[in-house]
Amino acid sequence: MNLRKLGLVALGAALLVGGISAPPALAAETQYFPSLVYRTGPYAPNGVPFANGYSDYLLMLNERDGGINGVKVEVQECDTAYNNDRGVECYERLKGSGQSEPTLFNPLSTGITYALIERARADGNNIVSGGYGRADASDGRVFPHVFTLPITYWAGADSMIQYVRAQEGGSLKGKKIALVYHDSAYGKEPIATLERLAGEEGYTFSKFPVAHPGLEQKATWLQIGRQLRPDWVFMWGWGVMNSTAIKEAASVGFPMEKFVGIWWSASEADVIPAGDSANGYKALGFHGVGAGFPVHADITKHLYGKGMGAGKETVGDVLYNRGMFNAVVASEAVRIAQGKFGKRALTSKEVNWGLNNLEISNARWAELGMPDFARGIKISCADHEGAGSSYVQQWDGKTWSKVSDWIAPNNSALRPAYESSAAQYAKENNIAMRDCK
Amino acid sequence: MPVRTLSIWITGVPLAIGAIGFAFSLMASLNPSFFFTWPYFLEVLSAGLLQGVMYSLVALGFVLIFKASSVFNFAQGSMVLFAALTMVGLIEMGLHWTLAFVVTAGVMVLLAIAIERIVLRPMVNQPHIIMFMATIGIFYFLDGFGQTIWGSNVKILDIGIPKDPIFVLTGLVEGGMLVNSFDLVAAIVGAILVAILAVFFQYTRIGRALRAVADDHQAALSVGIPLKTIWVVVWSVAGIVALVAGIMWGGKAGVQFTLALIALKALPVLILGGFTSIPGAIVGGLIIGAGEQVAEVFLGSLVGGAIQDWFAYMLALVVLLFRPQGLFGEKIIERV
Repeated sequence: MNLRKLGLVALGAALLVGGISAPPALAAETQYFPSLVYRTGPYAPNGVPFANGYSDYLLMLNERDGGINGVKVEVQECDTAYNNDRGVECYERLKGSGQSEPTLFNPLSTGITYALIERARADGNNIVSGGYGRADASDGRVFPHVFTLPITYWAGADSMIQYVRAQEGGSLKGKKIALVYHDSAYGKEPIATLERLAGEEGYTFSKFPVAHPGLEQKATWLQIGRQLRPDWVFMWGWGVMNSTAIKEAASVGFPMEKFVGIWWSASEADVIPAGDSANGYKALGFHGVGAGFPVHADITKHLYGKGMGAGKETVGDVLYNRGMFNAVVASEAVRIAQGKFGKRALTSKEVNWGLNNLEISNARWAELGMPDFARGIKISCADHEGAGSSYVQQWDGKTWSKVSDWIAPNNSALRPAYESSAAQYAKENNIAMRDCK
Repeated sequence: MPVRTLSIWITGVPLAIGAIGFAFSLMASLNPSFFFTWPYFLEVLSAGLLQGVMYSLVALGFVLIFKASSVFNFAQGSMVLFAALTMVGLIEMGLHWTLAFVVTAGVMVLLAIAIERIVLRPMVNQPHIIMFMATIGIFYFLDGFGQTIWGSNVKILDIGIPKDPIFVLTGLVEGGMLVNSFDLVAAIVGAILVAILAVFFQYTRIGRALRAVADDHQAALSVGIPLKTIWVVVWSVAGIVALVAGIMWGGKAGVQFTLALIALKALPVLILGGFTSIPGAIVGGLIIGAGEQVAEVFLGSLVGGAIQDWFAYMLALVVLLFRPQGLFGEKIIERV
């Protein structure tokens, strides 16, 4: 083969490969939603429904409404496998790969959130860590680009204490509370709040870390069930740790009604593998459960009815609904920002304005086809948590049911804690606080 | 095992357990916040021993392959996952669990044949490190292949093993001693499996051939033992052992990706017991299981907890200091 032929073959091959691998053409005016997911790895059973809910809601907007105010939505996923370094790699890969600037990043991992906070600040990107990540990032003066809405782990711990205090007749004096937690940045988040509240409420607090992935907890539960015998056990677990904990708790005879998990220990994947042992287990939630909301009917009609959608079998799962919750937050931030900047694809900075002025009232949730799905959220320059609430849900062997009213965290005590921790972070990292007055 | 060694074990183990117990009771008398009672100590110890059998089930698969080919099979964890996923998948398709077990065992044999043909045969006479790298490839392939076929959702594997807590010695100890019935069944299954393997290796023609291959590949080949057949047999047996381990671990924690990571729990067992000894895998599992549970319960709170994972490795490393070949491993003497 001479050089000319070789050149032609190479050119032909390049054109062919280029033609095959080129992404489908999208309209110039698309709003880009990068999505860090984990459909593989040890936490895939939790990551899959979340990723499905997130992309289904956003793509349903394209099919039902023609996008957000006519601007089509573009979703690109990258699989982190719940691994911090892959999370950073995915962020770097996705941040410049959309048709427009990235709307926001939803790391879906406290560890990845920690790794991305300063990168995103430098790049001018937004991070929404809804119900995870750094609790002190609720202080928008130090973290103008991070949003912890609707509720933080510290607020979750506070809400759990409020719930068990009510169950105990209004006082926790002399009671014993144990925390079983994933031995990671995520699992350690509630400790300071529970220790502070132990002093205020008069209960004895004990901690039981569980090493990743949490397949082995016999020693932990022997101590809890046979030695400590606490009145209540709280759990900050993830993945297989949750179902294993429930099984081990049952094996030492600990009553499920006294076992309360955080919202990441509250999905079907956590209770179904534990079988009947899980009946009566409780957990916090901050959004509706089940597939009975009108929005689910829209997703079924406009996506699955057209042979689209990420996974029909996950529709209505707790984590699917959480993905949907996050997609609503992202799309509503864009919609609000479009009110100021125009109905076009927005930059990350413009979306940041939308997030800083985000308000989803109870009435708006209903308009979105999600009545009483979540409590109203109102973000401000300084408050990036948005005064959300949670409730207690209970597993009956088949479904989760809401068994408490909405519980508002005691923000008068939590807010100074956020601000103090954020101020310390700002000092250590030489960050100038923005003025929110 | 020589009588002298056996008598050392029979007297040494109770003495060591007693010494550890007395050390803890002494700590409790000096420090009132340190919780210790003999029944509680024995309860933790028995729970640890039963847990250790679960580790041994995984470690056995490693030992079998290492004995026959001197290769550390990195893929053993994913074989456990793949076997469990296949069995659950077949049960979900409507097969009774006994039939699903038989079919899955057949699948594991086919897998062994495929591995021998595609991966091992081209690697004959290659350095062990190359074979080891190949098993890493098998790990990732099986991991992805299993999830592609059966999905990545958590699956329930319930074959009717009781899970209720049992209280024993209620007349002797106040409140009785808690034993998990599931762990008890797992221990019995583990004991049966070891007995079957012992008979297979000791008294069958293939078993003897396998031991010959384990001792010396070239010598075995020179007397006409077919290495390729032995590899298929040993990978098949390791696959069936992985299936049993997958049933036990999957029944306990649900069948999901994390099962592949239990191989990490087998490593300290292998280091302690020796890579080439089946009794070593059993005894190593029992020591690691009991050691890590006792350490976590009685010492964990003194250093912040969650020590059992690294404690197991530390225990194994301490043994390595004194016996580099492990407790039951073969001492390798090479001339230089």
